Amino acid sequence: MSGAPQVPKSGSPTLDLSPLRGFRAIGAVFEDMFGAFSLLPLALALGWLDIKLRYRGSILGPFWLTISTAVMIGALGAVYGTLFHMDLRSYLPFLSLSLVLWGYISTLVNEAPSIFSQNASALHAMRMPLMVNVLRAIIRNTLILLHNVVVVALVFAFFRVIPQNLLSVLPALVLWIVDSMAVCVLLGLIGARFRDMPPLVSSVIQICFFVTPVIWKPSLIHAGAQYLLIDPFYPLLEIIRAPLLGEVTGVSIWAAAMVHSLLVWILAIGFLARFRARVAYWI
Amino acid sequence: MAAIDVDNLEITFPLYHGAARSLKGTVATMLASARTGPAAHLAADRRSRIVVNVLRSISFSISQGERVGLIGGNGAGKTTLLRALGGIYEPVAGRVRVQGRLGTLLDAQLGMNPELTGRENITLRSRYFGLDKQTEMALARDVADFADLDAFMDMPVKTYSSGMVVRLAFGLATAILPEVLLMDEWFMAGDAAFLDKARRRIEALVRGADILVVSTHQPDILRQWCTRVIWLENGQIRMDGAPEDVLDAYLAS
Repeated sequence: MSGAPQVPKSGSPTLDLSPLRGFRAIGAVFEDMFGAFSLLPLALALGWLDIKLRYRGSILGPFWLTISTAVMIGALGAVYGTLFHMDLRSYLPFLSLSLVLWGYISTLVNEAPSIFSQNASALHAMRMPLMVNVLRAIIRNTLILLHNVVVVALVFAFFRVIPQNLLSVLPALVLWIVDSMAVCVLLGLIGARFRDMPPLVSSVIQICFFVTPVIWKPSLIHAGAQYLLIDPFYPLLEIIRAPLLGEVTGVSIWAAAMVHSLLVWILAIGFLARFRARVAYWI
Repeated sequence: MAAIDVDNLEITFPLYHGAARSLKGTVATMLASARTGPAAHLAADRRSRIVVNVLRSISFSISQGERVGLIGGNGAGKTTLLRALGGIYEPVAGRVRVQGRLGTLLDAQLGMNPELTGRENITLRSRYFGLDKQTEMALARDVADFADLDAFMDMPVKTYSSGMVVRLAFGLATAILPEVLLMDEWFMAGDAAFLDKARRRIEALVRGADILVVSTHQPDILRQWCTRVIWLENGQIRMDGAPEDVLDAYLAS
């Protein structure tokens, strides 16, 4: 053999497959997740290569993300400032932060239904935990978010907005990642089976953009503001947005975010337990 | 100890897509009465979905050191069986047990991303197997050496000729020393010099007392490479035995 292959033989792993029901199926879900987390370096490399690939051959590379976000926010600022005579000092930091966060949500949710169906050839080539594909999508979108955060930081610096309660942003970020995983699993599984999901999801997310206080402030609603908590995106946005803008996040908002997260996770685990082994047959 | 144990494996595919569902139903009932051709195993399951029976009541075991060839016509279930052994399709019924680190060469793209360069694909494979930086570099050298890629290592895989893709994939799959190697017939895309090199590498692997399962249409390959041949027909095992016996019966049929 040319050049001795260098990988030491580890203890032989055993693959034991048969149809699973009930708790054993749920056990397989957690096995899949642990397997994916042990392949985190692979997911990181895949997510990073996705971005690199998208901008291969371009001079500025991924900084196009930063620039296009900066242009959009600058243009919106100019329009709102000169046309509507809004108070940019309070509005533009809010708007830039909201749009960047919403960019992450909408891209991830739009990509979620094709997470498994788009990787058909990889999934048919070798056995790999399904969650690796989910982690890859989350990592890719987090990297994009990090490029856009630069613009928000610049706007904040320009208007001298000083974030407070930074400590409560940390659990919020954790909840974002946790929710992202559940949403990707759920929509990915449904999207692998029903090819109508991507257009359906993109129209729903478009409606959500207008219904959720993304470009308008929640304080615009006087009566019935509590109904906003039913919208799963509002509490999610608010737990990051409020502390960064120096406001205090209400307990009800955190509670709503947790309840939404719990519901979507229960659904995701149920679906994954039932359909994990079927994905390779569907795609 | 590498070993494969398959017990009463059954794989059925649901047919969901396409609007002609009623047409498929008609075809299925028509064919159910005359099971002859390779596409004749359409059936309806208990929820009256249309399914394709790709594999039915497959049982066999393979022990250390065996080189097994799968033979059979188009649609006999060779690729599906390989994928079931690789844990890609989990059994609909029955059980599959595989002991030993798996190497799979099943897909035409072989799990490589055609947009990425050869080197990047090697990096991804190293991450999959959790190799450290040093082992990864050695692996890249070894694969580049085996595949004769030199200048092409930093070019996207989609610019490779099919022979180069095959050499890269083969080098990659065999360089990580799988204990059980599953291989589909695509590797015939290599030229004679490659086949010679490939055989030397496979033989070195098998001398390490590992298992090879390969599917092919070409009887010569099976005669040269295999110690046992399984003949699949319509998703069932028609014959299982020494290459000479099975191949004579297969070619006579």
